[in-house]
Amino acid sequence: MRLGWVIVLVLVVDSSTPAVTAALVEVTASGVTTRAHRCTVDARAHGELLAPQVDAVLADADARPADLHAIVAGLGPGPFTGLRVGLVTAATMSQVLGIPAYGVCSLDAIGHPAAAGEPVLAASDARRREIYWAVYDGAGGRLVGPEVGAPAVAADRARELGATAAVGDGAHRYAEVLGLPLRAEPRYPDAGALATLAAERIRAGASGDPLTPLYLRRPDAVAATARKPVLP
Amino acid sequence: MADEPLILGIETSCDETGVGVVRGHTLLADALASSVDQHARFGGVVPEVASRAHLEAIVPTMQRALTEAGVTLADVDAIAVTAGPGLAGALLVGVAAAKGYAIAAEKPVYGVNHLAAHVAVDTLEHGPLPEPAIALLVSGGHSSLLLVDDLARGVTPLGATIDDAAGEAFDKVARLLGLPFPGGPYIDREARAGDPAAIAFPRGLTAAKDLVAHRHDFSFSGLKTAVARWVEARQRAGEPVPVADVAASFQEAVCDVLVNKALDACRSRGVPTLVIGGGVAANSRLRAMAEQRAARHGIRVRVPRPGLCTDNGAMVAALGSHLVASGVAPSRLDLPADSAMPLTTVGV
Ligand SMILES: [Zn+2]
Repeated sequence: MRLGWVIVLVLVVDSSTPAVTAALVEVTASGVTTRAHRCTVDARAHGELLAPQVDAVLADADARPADLHAIVAGLGPGPFTGLRVGLVTAATMSQVLGIPAYGVCSLDAIGHPAAAGEPVLAASDARRREIYWAVYDGAGGRLVGPEVGAPAVAADRARELGATAAVGDGAHRYAEVLGLPLRAEPRYPDAGALATLAAERIRAGASGDPLTPLYLRRPDAVAATARKPVLP
Repeated sequence: MADEPLILGIETSCDETGVGVVRGHTLLADALASSVDQHARFGGVVPEVASRAHLEAIVPTMQRALTEAGVTLADVDAIAVTAGPGLAGALLVGVAAAKGYAIAAEKPVYGVNHLAAHVAVDTLEHGPLPEPAIALLVSGGHSSLLLVDDLARGVTPLGATIDDAAGEAFDKVARLLGLPFPGGPYIDREARAGDPAAIAFPRGLTAAKDLVAHRHDFSFSGLKTAVARWVEARQRAGEPVPVADVAASFQEAVCDVLVNKALDACRSRGVPTLVIGGGVAANSRLRAMAEQRAARHGIRVRVPRPGLCTDNGAMVAALGSHLVASGVAPSRLDLPADSAMPLTTVGV
């Protein structure tokens, strides 16, 4: 089903970085317009912050949940616990409302809007002295990634691909190691970009995605080893 | 009765994703997805593995619960969710899910205490709980003795384990005996063929001096070590390990302490009702021993059927139903998941 000229209301959520984001956007045949936007930077309170922000953007736009036509969620990569908050919010709301939910790589919502003719490295903080990263071409198309690893490794790969700048909170944090000129914005996944990257699917009325998180790391767990004896 | 509140409950504090639906005290659906098989090779629940499984399971489990109950989210009066205590990352998936459902369906959400929910679930089988009551909650994650004055507003902790949880001791002894994880059901099965008096294992915190400072507390670490020593001594002597006798004697020691301390709490406070909940409450010896010994003191024991003792969504819905009926206000949307939620908090 093509929605054509119709204006549809879309909820956007992302919790893959310390920036907890909720936005309401209008997707039309020609573009994406933000109607309401809330973003709070706090790495420790994704669970507390996101739901009130979703509630607030609906109120700001004078909309009810039943007015939504689709949900777009950042799939990460990102620290697992916070990342899941956005995805479970999108999945449950999509289930109740019977509307599709679309997943977008969260790094794309940093790298795509930052693209300006030459390749760029987008990075977010992966903790443990690592970054989640991807490299984008001059038009914002992803060339490599998403991956997780040491900033130095990402920098080497980005230079091989001709990157002339770095963007995102992870790039700011490891600016010295990366040694690339920084773009100030976007620092975190941009809600408008998330919607733009899903817009074609929204307009086409495509069926939703399973919203599988881009974890990139295995759970920390070791298989049980032989038990230590208690007798000396 | 159709005018009683229709409540949905979500549980994700450990390795079970549960969604239950109740109307008043009537259970309509209890859907469960477990990640227990994914933890077996680690010998215990791995928090990140559990959290990932909750995210995958929550939507289909909700769908099964609604279908089983023959209702939609639009029919529901409120959504209750375990807000703590439990594994932080696991709790967060359930709390975020409850908020997503609550916002989309425009329903109130109640964040509730997991331990209080283990008490409340009994109302689905045995009706309203007489108050005050004593509750014994024993599982792989908790071992607590509580005074339940007012289940809608607060529960008084009397005692708890000072080291391992009772269920943890079952898991560790099972591993020692070469039995699978989780150990509880396997120990229970082996013990049926064994002699509970074959080996005199220690009863933690029951000596006269311990009863002063730790009258209502538990300790299972010493018992676990005693079993390990006994089994290793056998193995070193080249003798076979009588698995059934070890299982029966270990189980007897655990149940003996749990039941005696619970009944002591009832008698010392003049409380005639004992409720038992948690995964270990599914143990057949614990149930039988509690019934027998309580009868001697005129104390009534209430234990839900084994499927309701382990973690599930119905218990959360049951507590939510009690909170709604008691006029407790719903939680705010900034409700946090609290891995160390105290017992004095029933709803947040
Ligand atoms: Zn439990």
